[in-house]
Amino acid sequence: MTSPLLNKLNGLDRRWIFLGMALAVLSPILLQIGSDETPSPPTIKLFDQIERLPEGSRILMAMDFDPTSAAELYPMALGFTRHCCLRHHKLYFVTIWPTGKPMIESTIKAVVQADFGSGDRQYVYGVDYMNLGYLAGDAVAISQMSSDIRKARPQDARGTSLDELSIMSGVPSVKEMDLIVNVSAGFPGGKEWVQYAATPQKIPIAIGCTGVQSTQLFPYYPDQLLGLVTGIRGAIEYETMLAAKYPNPYANRNKRPAFLRGGAQRWAHRLMIGLIVLGNGIHLANRYRRTPRR
Amino acid sequence: MSKTVPILIASIVGFIMIVANFSPPLLPVRQIAEDWFTIVATIAMMLGGANLCLHHLKKISDREAGWGFSTVTLLSFFITIAVGLLKVGAVPESEQQLKFAWSGPFQQEGSGFWWIYQYLFSPIVSTMFALLAFYVASAAFRAFRAKNVEAILLLLTALIVLVGQTRDREITSLFLPPPVEGALPYFPIADLTEFIRKTFVTAGQRAIMIGIALGVVATSLRILLGLDRSYLGGDE
Repeated sequence: MTSPLLNKLNGLDRRWIFLGMALAVLSPILLQIGSDETPSPPTIKLFDQIERLPEGSRILMAMDFDPTSAAELYPMALGFTRHCCLRHHKLYFVTIWPTGKPMIESTIKAVVQADFGSGDRQYVYGVDYMNLGYLAGDAVAISQMSSDIRKARPQDARGTSLDELSIMSGVPSVKEMDLIVNVSAGFPGGKEWVQYAATPQKIPIAIGCTGVQSTQLFPYYPDQLLGLVTGIRGAIEYETMLAAKYPNPYANRNKRPAFLRGGAQRWAHRLMIGLIVLGNGIHLANRYRRTPRR
Repeated sequence: MSKTVPILIASIVGFIMIVANFSPPLLPVRQIAEDWFTIVATIAMMLGGANLCLHHLKKISDREAGWGFSTVTLLSFFITIAVGLLKVGAVPESEQQLKFAWSGPFQQEGSGFWWIYQYLFSPIVSTMFALLAFYVASAAFRAFRAKNVEAILLLLTALIVLVGQTRDREITSLFLPPPVEGALPYFPIADLTEFIRKTFVTAGQRAIMIGIALGVVATSLRILLGLDRSYLGGDE
């Protein structure tokens, strides 16, 4: 028994699959088709914690990612920073990734300087926020920061002595932080912040991570991790809550990069599911065809 | 002697780190060890750079397959280092810095190094990562087949998790509200995804983590006691 359609599908050129994937990803981006999400408990817990902290609380923003995972993590970094600025918390940016410093600068430029750089309650460098830049040494750098920030890095990313920055007065180590928010793409990252800073020093920590990394970090939730925001889905959840609480201007699509990326992810997943089902349909049909009939 | 001294250094520093973790008065000693780690790690980075050069220079001189890629690697390596070290395009940011040559930060916006990062490194690594979507889609079609019971279980789990990662799970869960945390899952896929994550994935991951931790403790003790010398290289 032969089927021309089955024969055609058996020899399907993979370039058709590539074209399908390109269309599934490109179309939602070009047509601005986004995807919303219902917030999950690990995301809600981080949002509530930032809301609950009194104004001017110290938050360490550890941005341990680079352009490889920026598509997934940069919208998250923007969301967390926006929320902290809206609550007027003091922000301490740092990265233990050598390629992470431009990610911090980009976040500061897009949120702190663009949205909160003017007006009555503007964010001033050295007073309301600061950038420690890159700290070499992976887990050891975190351990050094836990015991003495100035030993780990005596100057900020601009080369100014930490003692000259008013935001650093009364901050000898990471212990003085009210919350650590880590955006993590792998090693070194979330796991190391939990093991070398948050748990030994009893500092609340929340992590935003890539989807694939979430399985490694969920064992720490909810005992050692206050909240866990995973992948684009988590970033959309955070943006949804931000839009509900601060609709002007954060309900605006332009301020919701994760929402727009969610559409592409949704259609890519649909295509993948379709391909798996189709592939298995062909597999079963081939087996049926090969089975000898009596 | 060449082996004994490194073993002694590793053992002494390792034991100091362990004891200092439980004894706050020894914190300054731990800090000194951490400072030295950073210095040694930096030297190791330079050794890594030298090793990279030697490896690729050998490939080029032997005209091995793909020697052209080695040339590109070396050229990129040296151009990036030169642009960064010479601070090409960087300008002083303050009046105080004007007094000193090459005083602007090498990663300053608009500098050569910044340009390499923004317009070469960033698009290249993003593209490499994005290509995964295409290859995974092709692999899902060709290789992800229900050939036996294990493959069927993997396939079903993957489908549930894939649907659960987007809002499409609400269609499959008949738009029922998500259950409260801690409650038992009911049939819809949204909750099955959570059920898989909370039980099978987390339990498996915890088992792996505990296993790794025990392995690390055992290996560390062997290194500290000088029983395992494989980190020194050679045949030991």
